[in-house]
Amino acid sequence: MITLDNVHKAFGANKVLQGVNLSIPRGESMVIIGGSGTGKSVALKSILGLVTPDSGTITVDGQDVTHVERDAFLARFGMLFQGGALFDSLTVWQNVGFRLLRGSLKRPMDEAREIAIEKLRRVGLKPEVADQFPAELSGGMQKRVGLARAIAAEPEIIFFDEPTTGLDPIMSGVINELIREIVVEMGATAMTITHDMSSVRAIADKVAMLHDGVIQWTGPVGDMDDSGNPYLDQFIHGRAEGPIEAVR
Amino acid sequence: MNLLAPIALIGRNTMGILAAIGRIAIFFVQTLSHIVRPPFYFKEFGHALLTIGYFSLPVVGLTTFFTGGALALQIYAGGARFNAESVVPSIVAIGMARELGPVLGGLMVAARVASSIAAEIGTMKVTEQIDALVTLSTHPMKYLTVPRVLAATIAVPFLIAVGDSIGIMGGYIVGVSRLDFNAAVYLHNTIGFLESWDVVSGLIKGAVFGFIVALMGCYYGMNSERGAQGVGHATKSAVVAASILILASNYLLTELFFSA
Repeated sequence: MITLDNVHKAFGANKVLQGVNLSIPRGESMVIIGGSGTGKSVALKSILGLVTPDSGTITVDGQDVTHVERDAFLARFGMLFQGGALFDSLTVWQNVGFRLLRGSLKRPMDEAREIAIEKLRRVGLKPEVADQFPAELSGGMQKRVGLARAIAAEPEIIFFDEPTTGLDPIMSGVINELIREIVVEMGATAMTITHDMSSVRAIADKVAMLHDGVIQWTGPVGDMDDSGNPYLDQFIHGRAEGPIEAVR
Repeated sequence: MNLLAPIALIGRNTMGILAAIGRIAIFFVQTLSHIVRPPFYFKEFGHALLTIGYFSLPVVGLTTFFTGGALALQIYAGGARFNAESVVPSIVAIGMARELGPVLGGLMVAARVASSIAAEIGTMKVTEQIDALVTLSTHPMKYLTVPRVLAATIAVPFLIAVGDSIGIMGGYIVGVSRLDFNAAVYLHNTIGFLESWDVVSGLIKGAVFGFIVALMGCYYGMNSERGAQGVGHATKSAVVAASILILASNYLLTELFFSA
C-alpha cells in the first residue's frame, strides 16, 4: 500500500502540491490524471525520493519513504520514464539488464543477458535488437525497451510516467495493452500518470484527478463518466469551459 | 530611479557568487566521500581513463610540441640580448616541465574533457537518465562523477609527462635545425640542468588540474538546466570555471612549491 498524506511541495513561489492525500492498495493500478504542470510527475517522484516534499508523509507498506534503506527500497520499484530515459552509451540489453549487472541484484553477465532478452520478447521485441543502441530504435521501440527495463528485476511496484506520450494511436494502444497485461501478470502495484484518456481506460483500476495541487476526485475507472465532479468532467471531455482555466 | 539599486545589484551578485562557491565546495566534499566508499564501478573508470587520457594525447602533444618550439625561439631571441643563448635548452626544459606543460596541458584537457563531461551528464539530466539511474538503485555520484574524477586525476599527470617530453623535443628540433645548436650539447644541457623536482612538481600540478577539470565538468553537468540552452550553458560554464581554477591553483601551487 502506497499512501500520500497531506503532501506539500513548492518550487519557489510555485506551489505544486498543496496537500495531496492518496492511497494505492497493493496490486491495484492507479492512474493519476490532470493537466500539464499540475504536479503529477512531482507526486510520483516524491514517492521515489527523487523530489523531497516540503511537508506531509509518504509511506510504502507503512514505512516512511524518507527513513528507509534506499537500495532495498528502490529495488522494489520499476519505472518507465516519459522519454524512455535509456542510457545512450549502453546497448539495449545492457539497458534492460542494468539492475542485473550491478548492485544487490547482480547476476552473471550471461544470465543477465538471457533475462534481458526474455524481457525484450515479453514486450514484443526480437532478440536482434538486444545489441543495438537506443538511438537506433524508433520511439515506440524505445518505450518498449523502457518497459522491459522497468520489469526486468520483477518489481513489486511499477510507475509509468506518460507512457504513450509521443506515440501514434496504434502504438499507444499496443503499449497500453502491454502495460495492462504485465501489471496483471506480475500482480504488481502500478501508478501511472497521464493525460491520455485512452490510456486511463485501458490501464486503470482506479483514477485520481489532480488539480490545483490537490486530488479533486478519486474512484474506480467505471465511475469516472458519472462522477458529477466538474473538474473531472471537463478534463475527460476535453472542454475549454469549466472550473479548470484554459489559457488561450 | 532607486539610488540603492546599484548597491543591491552588487549585493545580489556577491551573494550569488558566494552561493555558487558553497555549492561547488559541497559537491567537492561529496565527491571525496564517494571516492572512498563502495561500490566502485571499474568498467566506467576504465572507459573514463581511455576517453580522458588516451584520446587527449594528440591535442596535448600538438600543443606542447609547438609551444616548445616557440619557447626555444623566444628564449634564444631574448637571451641574445645578454649573450646568453646557451641557456635555451635548460630554460625550455624547466619552463616546459614546471609551467607550460602542466598549464597548457591542463587547459587543453579542460577544453576537451570538461566540455564533453558537462555536455554528456547535462544531456543525461535533461533526458531523465540521472533519475533513471537513481530508480535503478545506482548513485549518480558513484556511477558518473567518481570514475571520471579519479580517471582525470590519474590520467592528466601521464598526459603532462608525455606533453613535457614532446615540448622539450619541439625545442630540441627548433634548437638544432633553426638555431644551429649542436644536438649532443643541446641534449646534455637539457638533461644536466633539469632536476627531478622540476618534473615531479609539474606532475602534481597535472593531478590537481585533472581533478579540477573532471569535477567542474561533473558539477555543471549535474546542475544543468532544462533544454538545449541549459546544456550549452553548463558546458560553457564548466570550461570557463575549470580554466580559471587551473590558472588560480597553478599560481598557488607555484607559490607553495617554489617560493623562497
